[in-house]
Amino acid sequence: MDLTVDFFTLFRLPRTFRIDLAELDARYLEIQSQVHPDRHVRAGEGERRLSMQWAARANEAYLTLKKPLERARYLLSLAGRDPEIERNTIMEPEFLMEQMEWREAVQEARQGGDHHELERLHHRLRLDLKKHHAELASLLDDRQDYAAAAGLARRLMFLEKLLAEIDKTLAELEDGMDN
Amino acid sequence: MALLQISEPGASAEPHRHRLAIGIDLGTTNSLVATIRNGLAVCLPDEEGRALLPSIVRYRADGGIEVGRRAVAQQAVDPRNTIVSVKRFMGRGIRDVTHIEAMPYIFEDTPGMLRLRTVQGSKSPVEVSAEILRVLRARAEVSLGGELIGAVITVPAYFDDAQRQATRDAARLAGLEVLRLLNEPTAAAVAYGLDNAAEGVYAVYDLGGGTFDLSILRLTHGVFEVLATNGDAALGGDDFDHRLFCWILDRARIAPLSIEDASHLQMKARATKELLTTCDEVPIKLKLDSGEEIDVLITRAEFAEMTRPLVHKTLGLTRRALRDAGLAVSEIKGVVMVGGATRMPHVQRAVAEFFGQEPLINLDPDKVVALGAAMQANALAGNHGANDDWLLLDVIPLSLGLETMGGLVEKIIPRNSTLPVARAQDFTTFRDGQGAMAFHVVQGERELVADCRSLARFELRGIPPMAAGAARIRVTFQVDADGLLSVSAREASSGVEASVKVQPSYGLSDDEIADMLKAGIERAGDDMAARALNEQRVEAERLIEATLRALASDGALLDAKERAAIDSAIDALRALCAGADTRALGVGIAALARATDEFAARRMDRAIRGALAGHKIEEI
Ligand SMILES: Nc1ncnc2c1ncn2[C@@H]1O[C@H](COP(=O)(O)OP(=O)(O)OP(=O)(O)O)[C@@H](O)[C@H]1O
Ligand SMILES: [Mg+2]
Repeated sequence: MDLTVDFFTLFRLPRTFRIDLAELDARYLEIQSQVHPDRHVRAGEGERRLSMQWAARANEAYLTLKKPLERARYLLSLAGRDPEIERNTIMEPEFLMEQMEWREAVQEARQGGDHHELERLHHRLRLDLKKHHAELASLLDDRQDYAAAAGLARRLMFLEKLLAEIDKTLAELEDGMDN
Repeated sequence: MALLQISEPGASAEPHRHRLAIGIDLGTTNSLVATIRNGLAVCLPDEEGRALLPSIVRYRADGGIEVGRRAVAQQAVDPRNTIVSVKRFMGRGIRDVTHIEAMPYIFEDTPGMLRLRTVQGSKSPVEVSAEILRVLRARAEVSLGGELIGAVITVPAYFDDAQRQATRDAARLAGLEVLRLLNEPTAAAVAYGLDNAAEGVYAVYDLGGGTFDLSILRLTHGVFEVLATNGDAALGGDDFDHRLFCWILDRARIAPLSIEDASHLQMKARATKELLTTCDEVPIKLKLDSGEEIDVLITRAEFAEMTRPLVHKTLGLTRRALRDAGLAVSEIKGVVMVGGATRMPHVQRAVAEFFGQEPLINLDPDKVVALGAAMQANALAGNHGANDDWLLLDVIPLSLGLETMGGLVEKIIPRNSTLPVARAQDFTTFRDGQGAMAFHVVQGERELVADCRSLARFELRGIPPMAAGAARIRVTFQVDADGLLSVSAREASSGVEASVKVQPSYGLSDDEIADMLKAGIERAGDDMAARALNEQRVEAERLIEATLRALASDGALLDAKERAAIDSAIDALRALCAGADTRALGVGIAALARATDEFAARRMDRAIRGALAGHKIEEI
C-alpha cells in the first residue's frame, strides 16, 4: 500500500456514493491509530516523516469521503469527470432563479443585520443540500449517469459557496456586535 | 478499547523503564508543571507546596533574575523590569498588542516580534518565557530526581503559527525537548475525559488570564477528536482587570498615573475582581504615591455590567465554533469550564444560559490543563499504562493561505482541518521568461492580506525560461501535529525547489536561538561543546533504541542482507557514542536513519494492513 492508493481502497470501502459512514469512521480511526505522529514520537526521522505523510493522507481521505459533495466529486474524478470543468452543462433557469432568490434573501438579512434570519437561511440551505444528496446517490450508484451527476455536483458547489457566504456574513455581524 | 491497541510487541521485550516526561501549562498569569506518578497525574509543587507559579519575571539591576512569587512582590516597586503576562507578546509586534499604552514597559519595535528593554538589556518575549520554563524544568528535575526525556507544552488553541513557534523556541531555550505542543482546551478535555470515562460531544470553555478558547470535541472509545475550535488569543481575565482599572480611574477622577501607581492600581483591580467572585460588594481603597487617595465602592452587579461585552464576545465565538462543527447547542452533552476567569459568577451564568445546562465545574480549573498535558507527555514518552491507548486528533484554528493578485488571500488550508495536514496548489508564471516567483504566506480568515497575519515571505528562483503560463509551480503547505507550518515550492519541469520552515517574519531564526543558548550556557558556566556532544548522544541513543524496538517486532520484514546493513549501522553508531566526536555522531545518526528508511516504510505498510485486517477489499 503506498501513499497514492485511492481513498476507497485505503479504507477498504466499495467505490460507491452510498457508504456506511460508521464504517468509514471506524476504518479512519483504525488507520490513524497506527500512523498518527503521536504513535511515532520516539522513532527515527524517516519513520516520523512517513507517519506524518500517512496521517495527513488519511485525514484528506477521510474528509473527502465524509462530505457527500466531496465524495461525489472524488468519484467523478476517478471516473475521469471533473465537475469544475463541466462548464458546458447548461444551468437550468429554475436553478438560476433559485440562486438569485437565495442571494437576495441573504443580502436583505445582511442589510437588516438580522442574525436570526441568517441562521435560519443557513439551516434551510443545509437541509436543501441534504435533499440533493439523495439525488446524487441515485445518479451515481443506480444509474451511473456521470454527466448528470457532474452537472448536479456543479450546482451543489454553488450552494455550498452560498453557505460559506452566509457563514461569513454571520461572523461579520458578530464582529460588529462586539465593537 | 480494542480498537486502539497498537501493536508494539518490542516494547515488552525491553526492560520496563519509566521515562520521565512532564506537562507544562505555560499560562499568561500562572504556570504549572505536572507529571504521572504511580499512574496518577499530579501537579508538582514548589518547596512551599504551591503548584501555581505566577508567570512573572523580574530582571534585577544586579544581574539576578526573579521568577514567580518573589517577582510579584516587586511588581509595583519595579514595574518596568517586572514582566507580567508576557504570553501576550509572544509572536506579536507592537501594533498587535491591545492596551499597550497602559503598560509600564519600554517596548522595542523590532521586526517580527517586539522586544522589551530592561535593566539587563533588550529581551525577547521568548527569553522571558524561557525563564519561567527553566524554573518549572528545575522544579521537575529536583522532584523527579532524573533527567527528563521531554515535555508537552500547552498553548491556547487559537494561537497562530507565530505564537506557537515562539512558544516552541522558548522551550528549546529553556533546554526542554518538546514532545508536542498541545492545545489547552484539548489538554483539559483529555484530563476530564479520561478521569470520567466521558463519551459524547463536549465543549471546553477556557477563559484564562490572557486568552479565550472554545473547543468542541467528540469523545468516543478513547479517541479525542476536535471538531472545531475558535477563540481570541487576546481576551482573558486581564481584560476584565483593565475594564475595572479604567472604571476606578473614572470614578475616583484621577489624572494619569505614574507607572508605579498604575501597576499598583492594576494589582488592586485584579484583587477586587477576584473578591467580587465571593462578595457582593468590595470597597477599593488605595493611597497613591502622588498623594491622592482612591476610595470607591463597587458592587458585583456593576462589575458584571461593565464587563458584559467581554462575556458577550466569548459567546459569539462559541456560536461560531458550533456552526463550524455543524452542531446545535442541544447536541452538546457537557460544558467543561477551564481557567481562573471562569470562576466569575456572571461568566458561569452566561455560559449556563447559552448552553441551557449547568457547566461542569467539578474539576480544578487551574490545574486541569497541566494534568492533561502530563497525561499526553506520558503517553508520548511510551510509558504505556492501561489507560494510555488513546488517540488525540486536533485541528488548526486559523486558515492558511497565500497572497495573490490585488492583495487577496488564496486559502490553501481551511481552519479546523484535522492535523497533520498537507495541501498542494499549482501556480504558474504570468510573464514570458519569468525566472523567479515570490510567495507571501499568511494566516487568518479575512479576504485581504492586510487583514491577515503575515507569516513568511520566500522566493522560488531559477525557474528556466518559459512562455507565460507554461511553468507549473506546486506549492505545498504542511502543518504538523504541533500545528506548525512548513511551506515548499517546486517547479515541475526543472525540479528547482525552495522551502521555508515558517519563522522568518515572526519568531526567531535558528541562528538567533543558537546565540541565545550559547549566551545562557556561558552564563551558567557550562561548556557549549560538552552540551552539544551530549545532545547528539541522546539523539543517537534514541534512534538506536527505536531501531532495536522495530527490529524486535518487525525484523521478519527484512532479508538477511538488509538486516546486516542495519545491524552494522547500529554498531557503527554505538561505537561513535563511546567517542567524543560530535560531528561524526551526526554523520552516524544520518547513516542509520538512511539505512532504516525502507524498513520504516514497510513497517508502516504492515501496520496499515494490520489495522484493516479482516476487512475485505471489495474492489481494487
Ligand atoms: N476567584 C477568582 N475570581 C475571578 N477571577 C479569578 C479568580 N481566580 C483567578 N481569577 C483570574 O483568572 C485569571 C488567571 O487564570 P489562569 O491561571 O487560568 O490563567 P492562565 O492559564 O495563566 O492564562 P491563559 O490560559 O490565558 O494563558 C486571572 O485573570 C485571575 O485574576
Ligand atoms: Mg490557562
